[in-house]
Amino acid sequence: MKYIDEFRDGVTASGVAKQMTLEVKPERKYNLMEFCGGHTHAIYRYGVRDLLPDNVNMIHGPGCPVCVLPIGRLDMALHLADRDGVTLCTYGDMLRVPGSKGRSLLKAKAEGADIRMVYSAADALKLAHQLPEQQVVFFAIGFETTTPPTAVAIQTAQARGLENFTVFCNHVLTPSAIANILESPDVRVLGTVPIDGFLGPAHVSVVIGYQPYEFFAREYHKPVVISGFEPLDVMQSILMLIRQLNSGRAEVENQYIRAVSRHGNIKAKRMVAEVFELRRQFEWRGLGVVPYSALRINDRYSQFDAEARFNLNYAPAKEHNGCECGAILRGVLQPMDCKLFATACTPDTPMGSCMVSSEGACAAHYIYGRYQDAAETA
Amino acid sequence: MSAPQARTRREFGRPLNFKRGVIELSHGSGGRAMAQLINELFAKYLANPWLEQGNDQACLELPAGRVAMTTDSYVISPLFFPGGDIGSLAVHGTINDIAMSGARPLHLSAGFIIEAGFPLRDLKQIVESMAGAARAAEVAVVTGDTKVVERGKADGVFINTTGIGVIPAGLHLSGDLAQPGDCILINGTIGDHGVAVMSERTELDFEVSVVSDSAALHDLVRVMVAAAPQIRCLRDPTRGGLATTLNEIARQSNVGMVIQEAAIPVLPEVSAVCELLGLDPLYVANEGKLIAVCPPQHAQSLVDAMKDHPLGRKSALIGEVAADPHHFVRMRTAFGGSRVVDWLSSEQLPRIC
Repeated sequence: MKYIDEFRDGVTASGVAKQMTLEVKPERKYNLMEFCGGHTHAIYRYGVRDLLPDNVNMIHGPGCPVCVLPIGRLDMALHLADRDGVTLCTYGDMLRVPGSKGRSLLKAKAEGADIRMVYSAADALKLAHQLPEQQVVFFAIGFETTTPPTAVAIQTAQARGLENFTVFCNHVLTPSAIANILESPDVRVLGTVPIDGFLGPAHVSVVIGYQPYEFFAREYHKPVVISGFEPLDVMQSILMLIRQLNSGRAEVENQYIRAVSRHGNIKAKRMVAEVFELRRQFEWRGLGVVPYSALRINDRYSQFDAEARFNLNYAPAKEHNGCECGAILRGVLQPMDCKLFATACTPDTPMGSCMVSSEGACAAHYIYGRYQDAAETA
Repeated sequence: MSAPQARTRREFGRPLNFKRGVIELSHGSGGRAMAQLINELFAKYLANPWLEQGNDQACLELPAGRVAMTTDSYVISPLFFPGGDIGSLAVHGTINDIAMSGARPLHLSAGFIIEAGFPLRDLKQIVESMAGAARAAEVAVVTGDTKVVERGKADGVFINTTGIGVIPAGLHLSGDLAQPGDCILINGTIGDHGVAVMSERTELDFEVSVVSDSAALHDLVRVMVAAAPQIRCLRDPTRGGLATTLNEIARQSNVGMVIQEAAIPVLPEVSAVCELLGLDPLYVANEGKLIAVCPPQHAQSLVDAMKDHPLGRKSALIGEVAADPHHFVRMRTAFGGSRVVDWLSSEQLPRIC
């Protein structure tokens, strides 16, 4: 496939791997956090770890939208789906995440709730046209990548005067999450999570640009390399981080030049600013309550806000006892450190969100990397 | 055929309207309407001596040997897709399950569950296609059943087929016979059927030129067994794709497997669709593919024999069986790393067969 195979080429990969081996300093460790689930998935799916020098350690970050959504917000979606006359549209990944009492959207659907899987906000809008008698609610989740399409859907709904379409908005912001990790006691005080540098988001940065990360590089003295999601992108970005660390630099570098610019997609950003405003605070799974880390629909478009139309209220819900998703999302623990991993919690019976989405650290490790644990214990 | 036709006319008055008619509840009630449907559609197109006898059962004389039997229900949506339809699929799928034992498939049964209101035109097309597939495979549909359910209680048509075949003397293939060191072979590109079906779904706003690989594999099996009677096991990777089938064999045989990503044939169009939809071709369904496990010394002659058959032109050796108490199927990625190829968790695509 043109423009895909080139970024998955094994010969080039082995060349980059050789270069890494030549350049790493054997006396130190390189602890690098890949922020996005997209990176985590690529690392496992293509076996990137097998090509890295032993002293390069990859730490999974919180950049998986399904994983960071707190149970309380999912409960709100379940509550909505249970109402008569409501059709809830969701991305497929959300369907299997267990809410309170282990009930997922998939179970609710089996019990008779009208829940539809969609590929985009535009699909939900189309459905609202087709089902004029139903209240169609789009369950919007995701980082800055999926926010502009939600904004377009809301603006289109307004332009067409659609009265049966609303959005349950759960969009969150990447820079706030990175700041939260860097400010956490684990990283700043205790040093339990050693992070030397970041692989920065690919698709998020297409929208917001790489300028927002410059603050982290400066303030916390951590190098950031914006990295594409193909395995060669990841390899090259790791090499760029190694080089920065070797020379004591802490800059924002852009590996994903084929799609990311410093200021990003200005038109998309303007559209988002037109429809959304910052929430004072928002709870993240794993990170807790993070100030100014999420978006809500502003007053001008409040008629399309499902929280307002259906009087939804947020109540924090309790995590499953023993589930370590929180610590895993902060990089404090690895999937196999959780005692539920691969025993009670598997992709078929997920207890925590990291086991649901294939971008979740636990699911990726379970599906693609489990043989490594077997080798280590053998 | 002219005599029964004339008799039908007299017996049932007006013939079935295959242009504008629809299935009604009476077509499944056991009365005259049902007799007419059987006469003018099923018995006419699937014609064979057993059906003509008009008994409630087919009485069969089987050649000597072990008998293989299997059953499968077909609930695919949409009913018609590029490269086939539910009728031909219901023949191919069951023939293939029999053929994987090395048996020559002989007879099929066909049970139809039809939703009231279903167009007779579509039903005729399905039955014709079923008859064509059975004829091409030299297999007879010797007994059948028709039920009609209320509108909204089924999705058009569901078909169940059961098949029997006879295994040649001395041949013993089974999923629990794979041994470390054995080679793993496949007869062509993976994921064609799943992608072809998906491309017909209305919610996808793009066009795909992929055609389902739906085909009866028993003749290929005949050639393979002749070339390498030492084959340990054959299996068709349908639902759950190549990945699921390899995991099944690994667990049954108490072994692991190591496959080479670069060796697995995938059409570029299939890769592209999977890429767009976030699917992995390893898990996408096939309806005309088989996996063979055989001792390494016979692998090359087996691949050569497969390549000489029209259904095996793109055959390839894709990996090896390994000793592994965890039964992991591992894959050497084209990128140069290694990963597990796990069981499919949850469904990748709904109702593809």
